[in-house]
Amino acid sequence: MSLLTVSDLTTSFQTGGGEVTAVENVSFSLEKGEILGIVGESGSGKSVTALAIMGLLPRPPARIRGGSIQFEGQDLLKLSDRSMQRLRGPGIAMVFQEPMTSLNPVFTVGEQIMETIRAHENLSQKDSFGRAVEMLEKVGIPSASSRMTDYPHQLSGGQRQRVMLAMALVCRPRLLIADEPTTALDVTIQAQILELLMDLRDEFGMAIMMITHNMGVIAETADRVLVMYAGRVVEQAPISRLFDHPLHPYTRGLLSCVPTLDQDQERLIAIPGSLPEPSRRPPGCRFSSRCLSAVPACSEAIPALETFEPGHAAACIRIRDIA
Amino acid sequence: MTERKRASPFRTAMRRLLHHRLFILGCVLFGIVLFVAIAAPLIARVDPNKLAMRAKFRPPGADFIFGTDNFGRSLWSRVVWGARLSVLIGGAVVAINAVLGTAIGAAAGYFRHLDNGLMRINDALMAFPAVLLAIAVTAVLGPSVNDVIIALAIVYTPRTARIVRSSVIVLREMEYVQAARAAGAGHWRILRHHILPNAMAPLIVQLSFLFAYAVLTEATLSFLGVGAVPPTPTWGNIMAEGRQYMTDAPWIITIPGAALMITVLGLNLLGDGLRDVLDPRLRIQQ
Repeated sequence: MSLLTVSDLTTSFQTGGGEVTAVENVSFSLEKGEILGIVGESGSGKSVTALAIMGLLPRPPARIRGGSIQFEGQDLLKLSDRSMQRLRGPGIAMVFQEPMTSLNPVFTVGEQIMETIRAHENLSQKDSFGRAVEMLEKVGIPSASSRMTDYPHQLSGGQRQRVMLAMALVCRPRLLIADEPTTALDVTIQAQILELLMDLRDEFGMAIMMITHNMGVIAETADRVLVMYAGRVVEQAPISRLFDHPLHPYTRGLLSCVPTLDQDQERLIAIPGSLPEPSRRPPGCRFSSRCLSAVPACSEAIPALETFEPGHAAACIRIRDIA
Repeated sequence: MTERKRASPFRTAMRRLLHHRLFILGCVLFGIVLFVAIAAPLIARVDPNKLAMRAKFRPPGADFIFGTDNFGRSLWSRVVWGARLSVLIGGAVVAINAVLGTAIGAAAGYFRHLDNGLMRINDALMAFPAVLLAIAVTAVLGPSVNDVIIALAIVYTPRTARIVRSSVIVLREMEYVQAARAAGAGHWRILRHHILPNAMAPLIVQLSFLFAYAVLTEATLSFLGVGAVPPTPTWGNIMAEGRQYMTDAPWIITIPGAALMITVLGLNLLGDGLRDVLDPRLRIQQ
């Protein structure tokens, strides 16, 4: 049995202009110890999917219209608020994009980590202090025990993201959701944090759901990739397949946007147009308005995910023609 | 290690405050009032209500520092005991406000489904001018010191609640609140650890001004004759009685007036200083 199975998840938001679908019929699964990358532009539904799994979507305005989220055999959508709260931390934990604002400015780093421990476990002050120091050392904070009394503003961005990781991992979660964990950091620190995430995965055996819009991050870390566009999964593939044989025109477009060293390019290649607003999505395939291979048939029906190779699926009716 | 310890928000604020001259002046002025209020039984041994008809209308001098009033009562004793009452009433109103205002404001700001109901009641109470509402409440409750405290608490709690609510609404959307939620913190833990400590700065500033308002409104109520009943020595009562003799015995009305002014001025300077130090937007401009 998979650690996490999301099937046909559909969520929508109530807005001033009516109900808008953010995520539609998203299905995927995640095994123990696996790193699943979720790529897509801003607004493609990556973060909404993550928050739905965490049970942290603000409801209202958000609403889960259908589907199920099975974590270790229980449907998270049917859990009570209280059991969901107990699951967050030891079961599923999350790190956010902004390390600068993800720590409470009025408490020391140590107090915040210890608070997380004590929310879930009945440990003494001394034991939880020890656990917190140990965790800070694991995430690579030098002289951890003296850093415990630091306030967040005394740390650099990279150190804060390490502290965030320590807070997320201190209860040994089975699944870690990392929502753009490196976006706000500079490149060398990015590499360190990714390295650290992989090491911690090996040490704790947890699964990681890595949400990003950065193909480089995916290439370096993920075992399997889910490509999302306008709230739907358009392609799903093992990492090597995705980079060598991308199927969906959107994935191909994304990959050709990444400049290469061996080609002498005057300009960067870009996908024409921009992500359609949820209320103005084209009929049929949502990518059809920007797709270079689109034919009239593309606007007739939303294409279903079709498996082409074992573990490699894409949602496009023209794959056989353009491949 | 010492360098690091100093970085606590509390210590940084304290250090800034000690360099703020007007704040220090405010502290001194209010400190004098506070000292007089606490030490009243020691420094004003004469009963403030003891009549001495033969000694009436004595100007300030050696026998009576502040002179005597139309019944020959020592004005020093009356003003000192009046300070005690003012501080007591102000302090009690601030305490009730801090508790109730925070509770109502936090509930309305954090649990959005409570917001509409609580805030409409708030709006209704805030629609009345403060003194008018206080007069109405004391008219219902009766004119004792306790009733004045209750009336002022009812008048000012909505203002405090509104300030707390607006901070809470901002703070509940902060990433660290989301992060705490993702780590499995419940509502109570989030409110107590992540939201309320960060909402304290504007509340503290508001409470220092509120103390001044409460003292001033209490004096207004007694002056109008709807506060604590005479002969209770409140500054408002003393001034109301002294008003008739303003030309012949001006000290009766001016001395409690000056005391009231010193208290309010001190509290306002203190509050301004706190605001300068605690409000991050003002700090950037400096």
